[in-house]
Amino acid sequence: MTVAILASDLVKSYTPGLRALDGVSLQVTSGEVLVVMGPSGSGKSTLIRTFNGLETLDSGELDVLGVRLDAAHEERQVRAIRRRVGMVFQQFNLFPHLSILENITLAPIKVQKRSKPDAAARAIALLDQMGIGEQAHKFPAQLSGGQQQRVAIARALALDPEVMLFDEPTSALDPERVKEVLDAMRQLAKRGMTMVVVTHELGFAREVADRVMFMDQGQVVETSDPQTFFTSAREERSRRFLSQMM
Amino acid sequence: MRRRNLFIQLGISIALLALLGLLINNLAVNLIRTGLGLGFGWLARPAGFALAESALPFTPSDSYLWALTIGWLNSLKVIVAGLVLATVLGVAAGAARSSGNRLLSSLAGGYVALIRQVPLLLQLLFWYFVAFLGLPAAPMGGLIKLSNQGIQLLGLNLSVEFCAVLVGLTVFTGASIAEIVRGGINAVPRGQWEAFRSLGLAEGLGLRRIVLPQALPAILPALTSQYLNLAKNSTLAIAVGYADLYAVSDTTITQTGRAIEGFLLLLLSFLLLNLLISGGMAAFNSAVLGRLNRSR
Ligand SMILES: Nc1ncnc2c1ncn2[C@@H]1O[C@H](COP(=O)(O)OP(=O)(O)OP(=O)(O)O)[C@@H](O)[C@H]1O
Ligand SMILES: [Mg+2]
Repeated sequence: MTVAILASDLVKSYTPGLRALDGVSLQVTSGEVLVVMGPSGSGKSTLIRTFNGLETLDSGELDVLGVRLDAAHEERQVRAIRRRVGMVFQQFNLFPHLSILENITLAPIKVQKRSKPDAAARAIALLDQMGIGEQAHKFPAQLSGGQQQRVAIARALALDPEVMLFDEPTSALDPERVKEVLDAMRQLAKRGMTMVVVTHELGFAREVADRVMFMDQGQVVETSDPQTFFTSAREERSRRFLSQMM
Repeated sequence: MRRRNLFIQLGISIALLALLGLLINNLAVNLIRTGLGLGFGWLARPAGFALAESALPFTPSDSYLWALTIGWLNSLKVIVAGLVLATVLGVAAGAARSSGNRLLSSLAGGYVALIRQVPLLLQLLFWYFVAFLGLPAAPMGGLIKLSNQGIQLLGLNLSVEFCAVLVGLTVFTGASIAEIVRGGINAVPRGQWEAFRSLGLAEGLGLRRIVLPQALPAILPALTSQYLNLAKNSTLAIAVGYADLYAVSDTTITQTGRAIEGFLLLLLSFLLLNLLISGGMAAFNSAVLGRLNRSR
């Protein structure tokens, strides 16, 4: 088993004295699905955004796919990691002025120097896989939220990432659109993708997660297998959080 | 509400008519006083003055009309070059200001703050008398040859006057454009930056392909008015002796006494120029909006 992400004692504060990350340590092995839960403001987004260098660290050691992403990291190095780590956001963040196809092929063409036809063929295949192959020539705003989020997943997958990060991918969706996105993620997990997923979807966590990590106030409260976490969480704070969720 | 609008419009119309009446009255009084009558026959007469700079052949025996045309071309030359360079400089400085790089950002901030404090006329005089006339008499440099006689750039001979006006207008307008570009860039949601970064795209590429295209609708209208400002400001060229349309018109009016006709021609020329600029920008604007609307 190889280690995909190894973090020890990560510390990050946006405002002095207020630690968004307060000594977080964790390990994600290849092929694993780690679900991160916790109340609002507990540092979930901050944490997974350090994994592809969108946030810098104040201190701690972080190793992603064998590359160190510590306090002082180099732009080139970070960019290399971003090509190997895909990210999906709560607000989709598709490029509104580009067609669906262009959204997906931009990075493969510019970053991986693939030919246009090659990148397009691959994009169509990914869209088909997401069940939205016929949307390729539309623009983001013409799609439903669920469809847009599946495009965002396809866009991230187009670079053949080794790890996928999801930050509340279904929180901005209408309830009836949540399932189609979760299904796409389920498929991905089944095919062995290494995933770190911040979500409040208990069903997804129960079913897909290998481990659930619970955070509060910038710290890891507990990390358990889903069975344990949902039936007999070890920590009082986890149990209180879960009782509020259900 | 409609009624009030109607009254306002009526008021404005009456004021405009009164103004027009006043102008026509003044015009008539002037024409009678000078006894010249309104006419454009003098345009065909030889100008009798030399122009330091002309895009097309010109000698003092050529007509006033030709002199004015040369002046118009000189204006056009400095305005078009100014538009292009000010845009490049403004976009670069605006992008630098909203970049994460502290050094770049504060350099650009200093540039904008400094340039906006100093009147344009002063800046033009600075570029002319201090910067360009301060160059040594003997040419220096390789590809670009600099001297106080002018600048040679790849076989292109640029006069000191032209360079001073061009640099002055560029630097001055660039600062305003930088602010507009910065505002436009800041209006693009942060998520767009995060999205392109998370795909491993470089900052410059993301700025060009993702951020700027989305900032354009906010930038273009303000940019148009900066372009019109630059065109108007180009008439300050007379201060450093660049033979632009305004300078040539000025000489022409002094020599012929044809102030009314001269100003009418000047007005028309600038109207034409401004229409060209705003027309071009409107076309560009609707092309951009069309592209964005398709994406709605
Ligand atoms: N850009 C920022 N500037 C300042 N403070 C920030 C910034 N981003 C996050 N924070 C603060 O850092 C802490 C952790 O925020 P973070 O977004 O990581 O929490 P979260 O667990 O993702 O919350 P949510 O469930 O609401 O998304 C919060 O106190 C938040 O206010
Ligand atoms: Mg969050």
